[in-house]
Amino acid sequence: MKTIQSTMAGTVLQVTVSQGDEISAGQTVVLLESMKMEIPLEAEGAGTVQEVKVQVGDFVNEGDTVIELA
Amino acid sequence: MQKLLIANRGEIASRIIRTCKRLGISTVALYSEADREMPYVRQADESFLIGPPPVAQSYLNVDKIMEIAKETGADAIHPGYGLLSENAAFARRAEQEGITFVGPSSDVIEKMGDKMTARKTMEAAGVPIVPGMDIHSDDVEEAIRAANEIGFPVMLKASSGGGGVGMILCEDEQALTQHFASTKKRAKAYFGSDEMFLEKYIANARHIEVQIMADYEGSVLHLFERNCSMQRRNQKVVEESPSPMISSRTRESLYRIAVRAAEAVGYRNAGTIELIVDEQEGIYFLEMNTRLQVEHPVTEEVTGVDLVEWQLLTAMNKPLPVRSQEEIHSSGHSIELRLYAEDPKTFYPSPGKIERLSFPDLPGVRLDFGYEEGNQVTPFYDPMIGKLIVTGSSRSSAIARLVETVGKSEISGLKTNLPFLLELIQTDEFNQGNYHTGTIQSFSKGEMKK
Repeated sequence: MKTIQSTMAGTVLQVTVSQGDEISAGQTVVLLESMKMEIPLEAEGAGTVQEVKVQVGDFVNEGDTVIELA
Repeated sequence: MQKLLIANRGEIASRIIRTCKRLGISTVALYSEADREMPYVRQADESFLIGPPPVAQSYLNVDKIMEIAKETGADAIHPGYGLLSENAAFARRAEQEGITFVGPSSDVIEKMGDKMTARKTMEAAGVPIVPGMDIHSDDVEEAIRAANEIGFPVMLKASSGGGGVGMILCEDEQALTQHFASTKKRAKAYFGSDEMFLEKYIANARHIEVQIMADYEGSVLHLFERNCSMQRRNQKVVEESPSPMISSRTRESLYRIAVRAAEAVGYRNAGTIELIVDEQEGIYFLEMNTRLQVEHPVTEEVTGVDLVEWQLLTAMNKPLPVRSQEEIHSSGHSIELRLYAEDPKTFYPSPGKIERLSFPDLPGVRLDFGYEEGNQVTPFYDPMIGKLIVTGSSRSSAIARLVETVGKSEISGLKTNLPFLLELIQTDEFNQGNYHTGTIQSFSKGEMKK
């Protein structure tokens, strides 16, 4: 299964996709806030969102899975 | 003033404690769960845990801060910079509770904190402002009409924005259409207000600011200027005083405008008037910061003034050590570099543990740091690790000393902008003093030669 992982530690500011969405490579899926800056997490490849593992306000560490793709 | 509570963290907390120790004022520090190990927590006479790491639950928790102030018997609060420093409600709360707020009155903070109101106040006082218009509608068509009247490119700005957040450059109608709704939404989320205005974008502008100090009776003095044009993401990276490449006539105009602006609002305490200077040396008011600035050390180095001491004296209704402008002098040249925990190429933040933090012991070097070796730079706060301030008898000697200092500095364990700064201070543009707010961007794109 493909996953999208957080590239840095931060707080989830916005989740821009939901379960079942078809996403394309380069699309922003989650917006993180780290050190007062917005950091977009992007999909590396295309896929369908199987599960969104985070909610707005969650704290994630670098390497944490935020989205699982089918 | 017997006991000062510092409603802040990191390097500015350490900086304020340093002056308090010299003046015999005892200090109360606050720290979040993420900041337990930081030096300022030990440096203060008393320290209190304020809450979990996110600022909303810690450093912005006004009720908790006031509770600690009362429990500890603190008779004054210094807000530092950022966080609650320009929060009028916080200053008002301190006023109501009978605790001295080290800064101007809550009314003045309110007036200057709203950028649209600040522009109108300044315009009425005869201070030149950047041409612009308020946008009262949610309709992008109104914004486009206004932008066409002003003339593209324009800056779309949130009235309550600050620190480089809530503003975006729009080159044309398409860009404005694209960014209008999202910038409004972001402003609402960050600042609680989505009031917007448009300003004419001034290309190749220099961002020059004047430090002012108004004593408790309202007499306004200036402490010369700082050039803060080296910016990435609308945030300052390098600051220097005096500013290179402006005529003495322009310099005098900057001081005159800044003093008039501070007088117009009945200012008290330390503040900064930020101005834009265009290629023809036209001067425009940008905004007023009603607090101590991050870059205050360069002013301290050229004037010999301890600005925190002057802030405290004014807050205590005591006269300043000088009574007239003629008694304040600027000598030599001082440059500050902000060291950020960030990728030196992309400028994306990079939290981590500071394994090594080492600087050479050279004359004229001042280090204002909030962290020490072994500390974690966490993702919860600003990525600034500290400031390197180097002073010399002239600009060229200050730069030579700066290059030597940065070259011999070592920070490891996390990514920092140190390698970027070392390159930047060796460019022709920086050495000639010929730079503006877009210079770093062109440097990063490889458009500048060394």
